[in-house]
Amino acid sequence: MSDHDYTPKSKFGKWFNDRLPLLTLRSHLTDYPTPKNLNYWWTFGGILTFCLIAQIITGIVLSMHYIAHADLAFASVEHIMRNVNYGWLIRYFHANGSSMFFLAVYIHIFRSMYYGSHKSPREVIWIIGMIIYFIMIMTAFMGYVLPWGQMSFWAATVITNLFSAVPLIGESITNWLWGGFAIGSPTLTRFYALHYLFPFLILGLVILHIWALHVPGNNNPIGIDVKQPSKDTVPFHPYIVIKDLFALLVFLLLFVFIVFYSPNLFGHPDNYIEANPLVTPTHIVPEWYLLPFYAILRSIPDKLLGVVAMLASIFVLVILPWLDTSKVRSAIFRPLYKQFFWFLIADVIILGYMGALPPEGTYLLVARVATGYYFVHFLIILPVLGYKEKTLDVPLSITEPVLEGSTNQSLGERANQ
Amino acid sequence: MSDQKKTKRRDFIFTASYTLGVVGVGAAVWPLIDQMNPDASVKAHSSTEVNISEVQPGQSITVLWRSKPVFIKRRTEEEIAKARQVDLKELKDPEKDEDRAKNPEWLVIVGICTHLGCVPLGNKGEYGGWFCPCHGSHYDTSGRIRKGPAPTNLEVPKYEFVDSNTIKIG
Repeated sequence: MSDHDYTPKSKFGKWFNDRLPLLTLRSHLTDYPTPKNLNYWWTFGGILTFCLIAQIITGIVLSMHYIAHADLAFASVEHIMRNVNYGWLIRYFHANGSSMFFLAVYIHIFRSMYYGSHKSPREVIWIIGMIIYFIMIMTAFMGYVLPWGQMSFWAATVITNLFSAVPLIGESITNWLWGGFAIGSPTLTRFYALHYLFPFLILGLVILHIWALHVPGNNNPIGIDVKQPSKDTVPFHPYIVIKDLFALLVFLLLFVFIVFYSPNLFGHPDNYIEANPLVTPTHIVPEWYLLPFYAILRSIPDKLLGVVAMLASIFVLVILPWLDTSKVRSAIFRPLYKQFFWFLIADVIILGYMGALPPEGTYLLVARVATGYYFVHFLIILPVLGYKEKTLDVPLSITEPVLEGSTNQSLGERANQ
Repeated sequence: MSDQKKTKRRDFIFTASYTLGVVGVGAAVWPLIDQMNPDASVKAHSSTEVNISEVQPGQSITVLWRSKPVFIKRRTEEEIAKARQVDLKELKDPEKDEDRAKNPEWLVIVGICTHLGCVPLGNKGEYGGWFCPCHGSHYDTSGRIRKGPAPTNLEVPKYEFVDSNTIKIG
């Protein structure tokens, strides 16, 4: 990027840029060189940026009508739904927005894992991304509590009680989190304050995430470095911008279809019952995007170890760049990893499914096996695979497989398929 | 020699400044942390009196104490016998029923599952006591954990019989 820094042409632009070189960053949105072989799985970064901004805007609007008090919260949400102009639309967009946000983030994460985007030199991008993901989970959880329905209340109870597993000081921690001896108004108001704050933390981290990305540049489907920028890359604008916008439109079709025709698809009917501290619903489940973790939590019969396993399942993702020892980035050239990748996807889906079912009998057994496999994948299979796997030959450049029939055996075979 | 002395004096000043700085920042941060602890109005609800004259044998009532549900159960002879016969070696969190219920007929327990805080359902589960719907913990007729992920027995709060018809919890 530094080889052709943008300098403003107008007099005012020059005057401003001399005092604050903000406009110099413009090249990062225009002629930033992007590998020309990026596929549609690469459009989710842009989609996620849209999701974040949309959640912030709809959230700020909702906060103008919502009241964070145990006696008033539930009614204020109904007030938004019935009385506020377009309140139903804005709230449904915000509530379903979290599901769409997580859908996009999971695709984004698994895309990185498939094409090896987490590997050197992009570890810091990956770690910032995982921090963003973790804060997203907390933000979504606290947002789910705000409507103060039965699911809100009991989700808050179960999740905050995870801290009671801490030896000795567990109870002090939970009381500190609640601001009382149980979940109540003090808990609701602080969750609301943090639910408002965290998205802006995410926004800051997204800027760091993109900054870190623009140092080495994008990875790409064949996972090799750009050799000749003039041949292997296209400028971000208009090529990637237009492609991202098209993908965003397709994503929005799904998004608004759910908002308009099935706004309660991801919701739980029990959350239309006001919170009651005396009655726990017979079957409580978290939102779909947290089900795999919930299944891991429940599959361990010990309270403290269950919590540890759940946190560990996220932490193994943070250290993934060092667990995946293979020098080849893209799964395209890793025949075994490619299979294990899909096993992992299946494993996570099974975990999610088990998280939604009651923890008994066969379900519990399946959840335990799936939990075990999850950790085996990251802690045993990935490190070993890096040494044992016979990878296919990687092309010499991004352009090579496109322009020259390729002298490369494996690529030639693939082209014939 | 004099150079070394000077350095030592500087070091001392630095260390002293850092220490004072850390203490100062700590003192400033503490109110910001402590404000989240239960406040005076919450703590004020520390005890509650309950009239139990209407409760029939085998029946259970739920009252709120410190915004937590408390089960007051008038146990039947059968339930008492069941709770007292158990061999302590079978228990995950061994506790005698005699120590949990001062008056064997009345069992007073905090109705919060010791696993993750759900409210267990009465007269359910494999041991005829309580069953937690969230993650499947089974409690017996003394509120002791028998099966499932919960680590400890249902908590017995501090309580006393004010007279034969009234229990004071807290």
